[in-house]
This record gives sequence, C-alpha cells and structure tokens, in this order.
Amino acid sequence: MRNKILRLVGGRLIAGVGVLWGAATLTFLVLYFTPGDQAQAIVGGENAAPTPEVIAQVTAEYGLDQPWYAQYLSHLGRILHGDLGTSYRLHTPVTQAIGEQAGATLELALAAAVVGLTLSTVVALATAKRRRWIRGIASGSELVIASTPSFWLGILLLTVFSFGLRLFPATGSHGLQSLVLPALALALPIAGVLGHVLREALEEVLDEPFIVSARTRGLADLTVRLRHALRHALVPLITMTGYWVGALLGGAVITETLFTRQGIGRLLLSAVNAKDLPVVLGVVLLSAGIYVLLNLVVDLLYLVIDPRLRDAPATARPAVGGAS
Amino acid sequence: MTVLRVENLRVEFGGSPVVDGISFEVQRGECLALVGESGSGKSVTARTLVGLTGEGSRVGADELTFAGQDLTRLRERDWRGIRGGRIGFVLQDALVSLDPLRKVGKEIAEVLAAHTRLSGTERRDRVVELLAAVGVPEPELRARQLPHELSGGLRQRALIATAIAAEPELIIADEPTTALDVTIQAQVIGLLAGLKNQDRSLLIISHDLAVVARLADRVAVMKDGRIVEHGPTHRVLARPEHEYTRQLLAAIPAEHTKGTRLSGSTGSAGLAGSAGGSTPPVRRAAGDVVVRAEGIGKSFRGPDGKDRAAVQEVSFSLRAAETVGIVGESGSGKTTTARITLGLTEPDSGSVEVHGQGWAGLGSAARRALRRDIQVVYQDTLAAFDPRYTVAKVLGEALEVSGVPRKRRRERAVELLELVGLGVQHLERRPLQLSGGQRQRVAIARALAPEPAVIVCDEPVSALDVSVQAQVLDLLEDVQRETGVAYLFISHDLGVIYHACDRVLVMKDGRVVEEGTVEKVFRTPEHPYTQELIAAIPKLTAA
Repeated sequence: MRNKILRLVGGRLIAGVGVLWGAATLTFLVLYFTPGDQAQAIVGGENAAPTPEVIAQVTAEYGLDQPWYAQYLSHLGRILHGDLGTSYRLHTPVTQAIGEQAGATLELALAAAVVGLTLSTVVALATAKRRRWIRGIASGSELVIASTPSFWLGILLLTVFSFGLRLFPATGSHGLQSLVLPALALALPIAGVLGHVLREALEEVLDEPFIVSARTRGLADLTVRLRHALRHALVPLITMTGYWVGALLGGAVITETLFTRQGIGRLLLSAVNAKDLPVVLGVVLLSAGIYVLLNLVVDLLYLVIDPRLRDAPATARPAVGGAS
Repeated sequence: MTVLRVENLRVEFGGSPVVDGISFEVQRGECLALVGESGSGKSVTARTLVGLTGEGSRVGADELTFAGQDLTRLRERDWRGIRGGRIGFVLQDALVSLDPLRKVGKEIAEVLAAHTRLSGTERRDRVVELLAAVGVPEPELRARQLPHELSGGLRQRALIATAIAAEPELIIADEPTTALDVTIQAQVIGLLAGLKNQDRSLLIISHDLAVVARLADRVAVMKDGRIVEHGPTHRVLARPEHEYTRQLLAAIPAEHTKGTRLSGSTGSAGLAGSAGGSTPPVRRAAGDVVVRAEGIGKSFRGPDGKDRAAVQEVSFSLRAAETVGIVGESGSGKTTTARITLGLTEPDSGSVEVHGQGWAGLGSAARRALRRDIQVVYQDTLAAFDPRYTVAKVLGEALEVSGVPRKRRRERAVELLELVGLGVQHLERRPLQLSGGQRQRVAIARALAPEPAVIVCDEPVSALDVSVQAQVLDLLEDVQRETGVAYLFISHDLGVIYHACDRVLVMKDGRVVEEGTVEKVFRTPEHPYTQELIAAIPKLTAA
C-alpha cells in the first residue's frame, strides 16, 4: 500500500512538472511574441525615454539579442532558480510582489473554504432524505444563493453588516474582523453548489442496503448519517472543493477589489491594467502550481476516504456519484 | 412462549397493498420461514417488524406484538432499543449490507456500543469472540479487514455476528444464503440452526424452499401479499395443499425433474405451430463437434503482483444439440473458461476451436464472422441491454450484424420472439417494461438471431425466481430440440445443472476435477470435492 501511495505521488509530481513546464513555455511564448520592444518595457514602458545605451545594456543583460532557443532555455533556467523576473510597474522581483500578497489571499481562501464546507455539510446532512418541503426549501435557497454573483452578494453583505449594522469593517485586510464579510461573500455561492452535490450524493447512499443494515442495529438517524453515509458522499464534495479552492488561490479578483483587500487577485488586476507581463505570468505559474498540488491532495484524500482504492489499479479514480 | 405475534398485517405503498392481511406467530426457540417469490411481500413484512418499512408506506395491523410489547405504538426512540438489541436483522448479500468503508470489527462493535455497557476494550474482545463464535477463522485479523477483503461466506458470517452481538431474542434473516456458493450456504444454514438451538427464535425470509427445509419448523408460503399456505415444514413439503405451493415445488430443478417440464406448460407458444413458417430454423444434426477446447490455461496478475492461475489445462468438446454444464463455486474459473471459449479472453496456453476454426491469429473480420456461430446469454438481464433500446431495436441490431436484409428484419424479429414464447406485442417495449423472465427470453432471442451453433449460457437463470427459472429452462430445452443449438451451460446451482445438462465438468481452483454424464457424476461422484458439493445441495426434506 505504501508503494501504491509513493507511485501515485510520484506519478502526479511528474505530471505536475509537465504542467508547470507547459505553463512556463506559455509564459515564454507570450513574452516573446508580445508586440513592442521588450527592452523598452523593462526600462519603464512606453512613457520612459531611455538612452540608446541603456536599451543596449538591458538587451544584453536579458539576452534579448540571443536566438529564441537560447532565450527559451535561459527563461526556463531563471524560473528554475525561482526568478520570475522583475515587475515592470513595481520594479521589484515578481516573487517578492506575489509573496507580499499571497498571505492575504491564502487567509481568505482558507476561511471561505472552511465556511463553505461547514455550511454545505451541515445543511446537506440535515436535509437529505427529509420531507419534501424541507428539501424543497433547502434546494431552493441553495439555487438562489448559488446563482447570485458573489459581487452582488458582497454588496448586500456590506450594506447590511457594515454600513447598516456596523458589525464588520467594509475594507482592509487586517485581523479576523475584516475577513468575515469577504469570506462569506466567496463561501455562500459555492456552499450552495456543494450543498446540492453533497445532498444528492447522500440521498443516493442513504438508499444503500448497508444503511438499512446500520439502522437495524438500532443506531440513531444522526449516527447513521455521520458515521455511515457522510464518508461515502465525501468523494464528489472534495473533488469540487479541490477545484474551487484552486480557483480562489489564483486570486479572488472581484471580492478583493470590492472589499479593498490585499491579495493576488488585486495584484493580478493592476498588473493586467498596467500590462505588467512578468507579474501576470508569475500568477499564471503560481496558479498552475497550486492546481498541481491540490490535485495531489485530492487524490490522496480519495485514498483516505475509500481504502478500497488503495488496492485498485493506480489509474482508478472513484466514481463521482451524484455530481450532476 | 410466543415471541412475535402478527395478526392481519397490512402494508400499503402509495395506496396499493403489498402485504394484504397476513397473520403468523413465532414461538421461543422456533424457526418460521416466510417463503415466496419476488413481489410476494415477504421482505416488506420483515422490515415492518423492525419499523423500517420504508418511505411512503402505511402499516396497519390488528395485532403486532413482540415479547408482549405493542410494536404499532413505538416511537422512533423506542425502536432503537429493539433494533439490534432485541431483534437482530440479517440482510441479504453481505457485500452490500456491510458498510464497504468500515472495518468489519467496527460494524460489530457498533451494535455493542448501542446496546451494552461494555467499555471500548471489552467491546474489542467481544467482537473477536463473536467472530470466532460464527466460525470465522483468525478473528483478530478479520476484525481489522474491510468487507471486500473477506470471502462471501466470511462476510455473511460477520453480518450474522452483527445481528447476534447484543443477544437478541428474535433474529430475522432476509435471504441469508442467496448470494452464497452451495458449500458456504450449507455452513451458514448450520450456523443459523445452531442459534435456534440456543433457544432464540428465527424468522427466515427466502425464495428457496429447499434452503428453509433444513432450518424451519414451520413454513408460510406467501404470494401477492397473502399467506396461501402455512404449516409444519415436513407437511408443507411432503403434502402441499395449495396449488401455488405445488407449482413452486415442481418448479425446482433437481435430479428427479430431469427430462420433465418444470413450468407445467406444454411447449412454448411459438413452437407449438411456428407461425412464421417461411424460414424454418436451421436444424443442426446431432453429433458433430461444434466446440473443442484443448488444454486452455490463463493467469491473471493479483493485487500482490503475483500471477494466479484462473484456468489450467481445461479441455472439453461440445457437440451439436448437446448441453455441457460447467459447475463450480465462485473463483473456480467457470467464467474465464466461458470468456476464452467466446474468444473474448486470449488464453495463455491451449486453444479453442469453433467449427474447427481456432480464435488464435484471426483477423478482426474473421473473428466477427466466427462470433456469429457462438453467442452468449448472461445472468444479469438488465445489464445485458441498452435501457433505451426497444426489443425491436435490440433484435434488429443483432439481425443486421447477422447479415439479414433490412426489410426482412422485422419479420425475422417476430419469428425469434415467437420462438422464445413472446410475440409481436413485445417489439416496442424497452428492457424496464419487461419482467426479468421476459428479458431473459429476449436475450435468448437475440442470441439466436445469427443462427449460432453454440450458445454460452453464463448463469442464465440465477437471478430469476424459481417459477420463472422453470419456464426459461423449459424454453432452452425447446429451442435446442427445435434448432439443434448446443449449450455450454455455466451454473453454481447443481440442481439446475442436473436438470438441464447432458454432461458436466466440475471445476475447482481453475481445474476440471471431474467430468462425465450428469447421471454418473451426480450418482457416483469420484472426486472428494464433487462429493462435498453434492452433499451440500439443500434437499427438499424437512430438518
């Protein structure tokens, strides 16, 4: 079994290297084929008026006069050494720019994940296979919340809890207080989707004979749900959560902007506006890396949830039941 | 002392009665069997007795008492003390009745946690004791394993251990032996009989009269939600009073039914006077060898990375109009042999020839052409069809592959349906609109479409009720008489094999341990394994 896990981790890491290589190549192509002079962009964009000597110096320093394959190799080499280039706009290394913002985004993404997972799990457990009207209310509200754009939800939350009740600050990224509203704005729509998926999966499981069997042992309904049904229904839930958290860590642009929070999302937004390509490409590489990592975590969680998969062939993934 | 008393029990689902006023009682230390076919209401009755009838049901009864307690007045909280604590329940097929993600020991400990005051360590010890008590070898190891890591017999024992863990007065077992091989079945019946001797009461639900014959003191035969006959086991089996009981008993294939019809009908409708007439089915001469397997062997790589031989040195020949049975328990290599014969699995060694033509080295076109000569009918009639296809489309596709021109296909499809006792009215039905027996008839019709020389029947009647099984077995015989098709008939049911086959191969661990005519193999079995198998066949005589 240990071998199996090592094989899986090894396989995913090799695939991950492939993904990152692909992302790095893509970033190179973008830089290489961007219209306009790269040296000009490096020294300060269109508005700068560098002397020809400066341009020549930058061109030599960045190897811009080299043939494309040499440039490509040194591009990959720099990335390997953790050098993602320098921001055109901030004039600081891209790694530093991202590093300064990553903490706030990580905080927000994790808070939203915890809130979203808890909320959806509790609601799904409480409402699966209940009377028709209970399920109707639950799935109705989930549908409404899931189809509400998070910026609109954010504005509503701001209006009520910040401007109205003055419970939480409207802006900023310091302390738990400032985390509550943005985390909720991100978590609620996804909690609606996750809750729906989890309830469907639970309802499928609750019809299984081993559930009847557990009930014939005299277990309370809640025990049956928590101890027997939930674990089976977790597979589609963590699959979706993996993708969702990945997307969040790549930057929750709208939410961060709305709540004037620091974070990767806002960094990305201003970089795109300023045509600050190194930063944009740095965020692309970061996102790719995060997806590789999360995929690995999700795959390992499958093995924790369903021990049968440990004996199955390495390529097998659990069926995502009920995720419609 | 009466443990359970049921008076005029009625259960409705959405307004239609499923159980329609039945009455019975179970005494202390007694075993009552409720016997019936699918849809008779027997399982619903069992679940009603533990308050788990199901969604959308309405239950009514003049009396429903367990150990003097009125079950109709129980609240959900009260039920929890009864379920598992005072009434143990064993569901059919432990593979799906044990939580596949939890260790077997935990499932048993769960009952102890709910109904006893034992501490965690005491529970662990008791789990091991219980597993040992139900005859599970190496109980400490087994308690730490997951259901799928146990064999079918061990799983069923573990499930029984969950039901008896809290020492309930009454044990209800719903089809406790259905999915098991015959020798394992005998062991589980022995285990249940042991419980009865400990002065506990048993209520056994089964479709199989022969199984309950060994166990039950009294039998109640259910049909369409009513009990049609009720009495001591030996009397019901020896002198059945109700017509339905007599039919059920007559439908069970066994030694004495050989050469007779099981379903009580005389020939299927289509055969009586083949309506189509224009193309009489090809009648093949008896005696020509149509399939010859020579020393076939096949290994598969196990999860531990070691090769395990599924089939070794298997040889047989099959002649036109002949039925050769392969009998053996799960894992004996029956299905791998069938797949190699069908050319679906490449053997590591040996060869199979159909009409003198081997599968090995054939190109895909030649392979497809040869496939028309050897068709297959499977056990699972629902999985065998695309649920969106109508019968007309299912047969049309088979006829198209067989090279029947488009404008002749409908006519030929009707002929095939009539050959299997269905008719033109079934053409537009979809699989879900047919009963299990009708689906198996369509599967046989589809297999007959290319006018094959051989049909491989892989457990063709194992999923069917005994009366439907009887009809399908009769049909297979009629079709053979009419067309001279040969059958390679795979089954774990020795009664079915004896009834349906001319010769039989007994397989164990991938090898043929004995072969010969069914009469010889069944009457004078030579190999110890065959003797064991035959001794384990449930007999229709009371315990």
